[in-house]
Amino acid sequence: MTMTGPKKDQGALLIKGGHLIDPAARIDAPLDLLLKDGRVAEVAPPNKIKGGANEKVEKFDARGLIVAPGFIDLHAHLREPGQAHKETIATGTAAAAAGGFTSVCTMPNTVPVVDSVEWIDWLRQPERGALVNVFAVAAATRASKGATLTDFRALQGAGAIAVTDDGKPILEDIIMREALVLSGELNFPVVQHAEDTRMTENCSMHAGARSFRLGLRGMTAAAEASIVERDVQLATHIPNARLHVAHLSTADALKSVRRGKRAKARVTFEVTPHHFTLTDEDMRDYDSNYKMNPPLRSPSDLEAILAALADGTVDAIATDHAPHAAHEKEMEFERAAFGITGLETALALAITRLHREKRIPLARIVELFTAGPARCFDLRGRGSLARGAIADVTLFDPKKKWTFDAAQSRSKSKNTPFDGWQLTGKVVATIVGGKIVYAA
Amino acid sequence: MNPARGSLLGIEHLEAAEILRLFKFARRMNPDRPRPLLKGKRVFLLFYEASTRTRSSFEIAAKSMGAHTVLIQSIGSSIEKGESLLDTGYTVRAVGADIIVIRHPNAGAPFVMAQHIDVPVINAGDGLHEHPSQALLDAYTILRNKKTFKGLQVAIVGDVFHSRVARSACHLLSKFGVKIVLCGPPELVPDIATTLAPGIRVTRHIDDALRGTDVIMLLRVQNERLSGLKIDLLEYIARYQMNPARLKMARKDAIVMHPGPIIRGLELTSEVADGAQARILEEVRNGVPTRMAILARAMGKMR
Repeated sequence: MTMTGPKKDQGALLIKGGHLIDPAARIDAPLDLLLKDGRVAEVAPPNKIKGGANEKVEKFDARGLIVAPGFIDLHAHLREPGQAHKETIATGTAAAAAGGFTSVCTMPNTVPVVDSVEWIDWLRQPERGALVNVFAVAAATRASKGATLTDFRALQGAGAIAVTDDGKPILEDIIMREALVLSGELNFPVVQHAEDTRMTENCSMHAGARSFRLGLRGMTAAAEASIVERDVQLATHIPNARLHVAHLSTADALKSVRRGKRAKARVTFEVTPHHFTLTDEDMRDYDSNYKMNPPLRSPSDLEAILAALADGTVDAIATDHAPHAAHEKEMEFERAAFGITGLETALALAITRLHREKRIPLARIVELFTAGPARCFDLRGRGSLARGAIADVTLFDPKKKWTFDAAQSRSKSKNTPFDGWQLTGKVVATIVGGKIVYAA
Repeated sequence: MNPARGSLLGIEHLEAAEILRLFKFARRMNPDRPRPLLKGKRVFLLFYEASTRTRSSFEIAAKSMGAHTVLIQSIGSSIEKGESLLDTGYTVRAVGADIIVIRHPNAGAPFVMAQHIDVPVINAGDGLHEHPSQALLDAYTILRNKKTFKGLQVAIVGDVFHSRVARSACHLLSKFGVKIVLCGPPELVPDIATTLAPGIRVTRHIDDALRGTDVIMLLRVQNERLSGLKIDLLEYIARYQMNPARLKMARKDAIVMHPGPIIRGLELTSEVADGAQARILEEVRNGVPTRMAILARAMGKMR
């Protein structure tokens, strides 16, 4: 939406010698890629694309690299308007570009809440300095108070691609029902942060042996699963309703989603890299970089998520990038803000954990960052490199070992549990609308 | 930053040998015969939560070893104005604190302090997490009454979930092979409590908990920490209150302990609180030499 749509006369870029993975087109082969005027102009076997003699064609040597559709993050907090001390659209999208994301969906739990056409317009202004595409997810209820639905039709018209009260759930059955009815009529996904907050008061981590030992009140798996179950039930019985479950974290909630999908409900969901990498047992010494919502869950929840990633049930990997200033995190664990950054570590965690350790094919991982999320929010022309698609491309080296240094992060905030982690798989270049916006 | 040497953040990671050293030293401490081991040192008592016993006994322990003490409470200090935990820590360090004793309503607050401030930090109770000095003085009291931990069974009755005393006691007693029976309703004594340390069993029946028990530790129902949880106090009294009839189910020489404050007529009757088997005030008395040992250890003077 913002800025970097296809533009004419941008010249051409030939990506040569790479291995192209485009799950939407079922392509997984050595192929060259020609981008022209912000679109994919040609996909062809190595050395078959001839840059016309009179055309200026820039070349990119992609030997040893995977060439993939530009990654799409369905769930990031870019913190504008109102919380520029944590992140701005400029810094957040710079981090996104470094993480290989060409499109970021930004959450509306800002100050004020993005619940109006005016704020959607504001987010899309060039002054925001977005380096990659920014798609607005608008609030589902006014000020995200859960009481009165926002004007879905107007928000959709203004360019919002989904609605959510993220950070909070839509608790009232009747409000959620209304939202899903509208989602079906407008073909407009409702994104639910599934947490029954009536059960999680004063809680700061997952309820289990670890929280008991640490003396921290725990959020039960049931507090997530009960909301997901209700929502899936509603979505199953409302014609065309579109439910997207944000950052699903428990085995029980996963069961509900699987049931919904089997019943042909239009239910999609995302999981985060931290939920497939860490468990509640990894938190040490009240380090608030391990505090996020939903919390790190039990090892058996993690196993269930890994299985769903491998068997094709999970629709997307989303970061839930949630930057916070140091003074909002370096404090008593129970008082510290929820959330960790994630844009720059997502791909590497997926390759390290899912591909190298769990043997999930790279093509499946690419799908979870591209075609999968594009389908969840209907991002037409994105998530694939078919001829004519928007020229958003991510190039990465799946074998490159590197150490993540949070201090070097392009995000304004450094709240991550992955500082100093040795990871495999690194983004080498990020191309948005045919233009290189990041090169390692 | 690692916590400064001499910090006492919890019992969980304290070694059994270190605990015995503390007891050995405490036995030699007598607050009526001052030993100037901490002469000229400044002990800051940061109390973010109400306290009678812990605060006063740390204060007496420090003073009887020649230290200056400064008490900072959340009310009447910059904490009230919104100063952060760490800024308060940096401030008292800048004023010249040699030891920080901290009580805080949030679990882990002493850890956060110890990771940023380069003087020993002593946890005087953090949220639901640990209360190490209480566990030490309780175990010290048990040892003085029972001579050894060997073969002992300790029943902990009441609100284990909200109790930092219970968590610390479980860690400590488990290190010495004591059999621990936790007793109370599921809301207050979750089954998961058995994962805390080896040798812990949970029962819902008071007679089961008391049979063969050498030590009964009673806990207060912490109304201020229930956080919306509803407890039927009359039912609690009917099922778990310690009264003379129930006390008879334990071993004849069983002792009754309670970290205080006690609520007469709730977790125990006055007959039990004031009875011959009660050691509740002895616990309070033992708090001083135990905390003298903790402070001496903090300054490397526990020899």
